[in-house]
Amino acid sequence: MVRYEGKTVVSLNINGEVRQVMVRPSDLLLDVLREQLGLTAAKPGCKNGDCGACTMVIDGWPTKSCLVLAVEAENHVILTLEGLGGRAAVQQAFVDANAFQCGYCTSGFLMVCHALKKQHPVLPEEHVMEEWLQSNICRCTSYQEIRNAVKIIYERDQSRI
Amino acid sequence: MIPFDFIYCRPSTLKEALDAYRQLQSEGKNPVYYAGGSEIITLCRAGEIRPGGVIDLKNIPECKALALDERALHIGSVCTLNQIKESKLFNLLRLACGRIADHTNQCRITLGGNLCGSIIYRETSLPLLISEAELTLFGPEGERRIAFDKVFKGRMELQPGELVLQIHIPSWALKARHYHVKKTQNEKIDYPLVSLAALWKENRLRIAVSGLCSHPFRSDQMEAVLNNRALSRDVRSKEAAAMLPLSPLSDRAGSGEYCRFVFQNTLHTLLEEMENGKI
Repeated sequence: MVRYEGKTVVSLNINGEVRQVMVRPSDLLLDVLREQLGLTAAKPGCKNGDCGACTMVIDGWPTKSCLVLAVEAENHVILTLEGLGGRAAVQQAFVDANAFQCGYCTSGFLMVCHALKKQHPVLPEEHVMEEWLQSNICRCTSYQEIRNAVKIIYERDQSRI
Repeated sequence: MIPFDFIYCRPSTLKEALDAYRQLQSEGKNPVYYAGGSEIITLCRAGEIRPGGVIDLKNIPECKALALDERALHIGSVCTLNQIKESKLFNLLRLACGRIADHTNQCRITLGGNLCGSIIYRETSLPLLISEAELTLFGPEGERRIAFDKVFKGRMELQPGELVLQIHIPSWALKARHYHVKKTQNEKIDYPLVSLAALWKENRLRIAVSGLCSHPFRSDQMEAVLNNRALSRDVRSKEAAAMLPLSPLSDRAGSGEYCRFVFQNTLHTLLEEMENGKI
């Protein structure tokens, strides 16, 4: 049985690398990744699981990292926006669709869209797309552009077949 | 951040989980069992709870099970709402899970956590209350299997140190005629004004309701009225809405009378769709 008390070094599999961090059991994954590893793409927003700005992908599913203990993330595969590399299809589609204004929510939306494409390789029904996108909030209200970006991702994928 | 420390345990067996509970209890740590963690983290951050130890159940195989056999569907307590939805094995529960929080949070929130949490709505309880579901519990007195409604009285009434291992839904309920609706004040993702699940067994309507009162409930009295076809839909929905077991909530989402009005209309729609063969 794992038991952690006080500060402990744990290994996390992040963006294809195993990284060691020193954490208290009550430290949140979002804070640890930002403050110890400099992975600042995930943004602190509401820190209450509502806004989605801190979304990353864990084991293939979108996860709000403000609601995950860093110690819980051991033995799981974590993907942050940095892990997409900057030229991923989802990122290019957001640029082409002008799917952001201030950009604060963008990394969270990108991770949701990335996970959506992985879990639904073929364009899902409209209500499925809507359900996934509703997990995140854009206060600049770029919702229509974000939806267009998702469609571009699927269209480009289709045109390559 | 969570502004205090606690001890984190991640057992791999039920025995280890119970041992951890006893050990932390003996150390005066006031431990809590932990699954998805959304509510515990939120309450810790807000300073509303201060556990000295958390016991993460997500590594225990029995708690992760999701299996169907000829008699029942067995769902481990740490299965997420999204896993339950994706499995498509019990559509009424799938519909209820799909209206709790948002999709990303549904990938974290667990069935056990939703049932045992302190947020009053506990909407996953609704399908279980009307489907003759059972629970397997594990605690200091060993393992016991018990009818869901014997333990869930609006909230889970567990023994100290006891945890929910699995939830079992009998096979007849998985394919039974059903209906689910959740009404909120405004936004789609919100706590309910009224959340209602309905299931038919032998052509008899059963309903369970959340959001309306301080805890979810099922009412035999209400079902008797709703099943009395000698009365008109108007009379049945009005009389049933007058039979709330507790005062309706009166809060930011709506006044008590408004919530009762919404409930009455919800029942009317249910009866209308049922009798018009739309369900």
